[in-house]
Amino acid sequence: MAKVYVSSVVPAPAPAVWQVVRNFNGLPDWTPFAAESRIEQGAPPDQIGCVRNFGLKDGGRIRERLLALSDYEFSCTYSILESPMAVENYIATLALTPITDGNATFAEWQADFDCPPERERALVQQIGAGVFQAAFSALKQRFGR
Amino acid sequence: MVQVTQSTVIDAPIDEVWRILRDFNGHESWHPAVATSVIEGGARVDAVGSVRRFRLRDGGEFREQLLSLSDAKRTLTYCLLEAPVPLMGYVATIRLKPVTDGDRTFWEWRSEFSPPATRRDELMRLVSDDIYNAGFAAVRGILTRSRPGPGNLGPGAGQAILVPDASSAPTSVDASRALPSVAPPRSADATTKAIVVERHGGPEVLQWRDVHLPPPGPGEVRIRHTFVGVNFIDIYSRNGQFDLLRPPAVPGMEAAGLIEAVGRDVAGFAPGDRVAYACPPVGAYAERRNMAPELLVSLSADISDEMAAASLLKGVTASFLLHDVYPLKPRDIILVHAAAGGVGQLLVQWAKHLGATVLATVSSEEKARIVERRGADHVIIYSRESFAEAVMRFTDGRGADAVYDAVGADTFAGSLAALATRGSLVSFGQASGPVGDWDVGRLASKSITISRPNYAHYTDTPEKLGPHVSRFFAAVRQGIVTVDPPKHYPLARAAEAHRDLEQRRTTGSLVLTV
Repeated sequence: MAKVYVSSVVPAPAPAVWQVVRNFNGLPDWTPFAAESRIEQGAPPDQIGCVRNFGLKDGGRIRERLLALSDYEFSCTYSILESPMAVENYIATLALTPITDGNATFAEWQADFDCPPERERALVQQIGAGVFQAAFSALKQRFGR
Repeated sequence: MVQVTQSTVIDAPIDEVWRILRDFNGHESWHPAVATSVIEGGARVDAVGSVRRFRLRDGGEFREQLLSLSDAKRTLTYCLLEAPVPLMGYVATIRLKPVTDGDRTFWEWRSEFSPPATRRDELMRLVSDDIYNAGFAAVRGILTRSRPGPGNLGPGAGQAILVPDASSAPTSVDASRALPSVAPPRSADATTKAIVVERHGGPEVLQWRDVHLPPPGPGEVRIRHTFVGVNFIDIYSRNGQFDLLRPPAVPGMEAAGLIEAVGRDVAGFAPGDRVAYACPPVGAYAERRNMAPELLVSLSADISDEMAAASLLKGVTASFLLHDVYPLKPRDIILVHAAAGGVGQLLVQWAKHLGATVLATVSSEEKARIVERRGADHVIIYSRESFAEAVMRFTDGRGADAVYDAVGADTFAGSLAALATRGSLVSFGQASGPVGDWDVGRLASKSITISRPNYAHYTDTPEKLGPHVSRFFAAVRQGIVTVDPPKHYPLARAAEAHRDLEQRRTTGSLVLTV
């Protein structure tokens, strides 16, 4: 099983950051890689079990199912149903933790998945840098630093 | 229980921060508040179970035990074993996580503990500022000093405490304030013996003490108690469930005795008058006290002090429950929980007199006999059968018009189930714990009315209180209600009375003898 872990510090209070990232249908609003997104069957984006279907700017499509969402812990867990990356058993969690000293946010994004061994290194790099860190960098920029 | 969580980001790789923090005896070298520290018995600093004994710069001595340590998760948990401040049940966890974006370290320091209510804010500040934030700044100072360069968080971050000095170091653990104390008697004034609640807690917090008693002020009388009533509300004010008493203070809301002295501007009372009361403010668990006379009840010759102290609060409660909260109608069917208790026995007798059919729950066969003697139509031993089912059986599926429930958590759901359509639940106590959150929408299935009366709101003026007192004493005189002689405890042994009441070992009333 491959693992990816990326974390960052966003210069804004955790509730403000959470307001942006909790929207399971909101990837095009805050990440640089999503072009458009919809929730299948018109479900609300905070309904556990709902499926987001979003298009990447490079043309691929990804379907992901919301497995858990906590407004108390500021965390969101989801699995991949279909993607061009050919990963299996992919489960990821995005979590925010307040940093009391400075009123900032510690943001963590991790994923576990199975893949052919020869592709692991490239996928970890692609997901860690190209997806998670790219999204965090966009968040940091959005909140002003 | 309170929680304190503080967190920061240290501009150093996680392994460097963890190397400093994982040494359970290392705080001596980095925390500005710690003067000296040793691991007891020469145990290793990373042996789970080891105990560090340390002294703060202001002299306070502490012992803490390592409960868990994980190099994999970079967490450690420890608890306080001994301290000069009441950080009761203190357990703390230090947790580090890497910030991969910049090779920095997220550090969270959190704890849970149960401070005395009156020192809650002060102790939370002590932990969050003087221990956690001071610790963050110190470690930041050490690590950013050893790693000069552009990676620093900002100008001067942490520099101020690189060289902690005793005069400015944030170490305000003041051992002299460790225990609250009732104001010591002033030489010019008299004292009286009293039971003092030192802090919110169990029966053990009730201490027998001398307390200061000034002469009665304007608009006050001094009463010499003969008997003091013991009520569940005293337990709730002792343990802090009700916000009636701010420790250190004398509990108790019911007593009988003699007026001993009268302050200026008091009309209608004179030394030697026999009086009783059942009202806030707290302060009845004392040989003598001063209080405003508005809610004092004059006792006639046929009502003894013992009887008044044993039953006034309960009688007034029963009166407003049956007449104001849910005005009982003849032919109503009602259920009374804890029917062998003080209020319970009064409710059963009085409701029978008013023409109701009375079902009652008790915990034992012995208590069932008592309640049957009081006239209950049907007694349910709730440990043997579901009382809700028993009520439905007895009423051919109709249910009760009203349930009087002072048991709370254990009975609330059953009480709702036992009600008839348009029935009323009178929830007037929580001997088994708070009832928790309920969805009001569900009450619509039977159009249920719930009331949660507060004693003070029915009795806090002479106009509200007067009719209930007259009605209750009249019921006693006419034999409508019978109050058994109460069980006696010496005032000094109030803790014993609380224990017996809380453990449901009693029937009828309890009084403290003065």
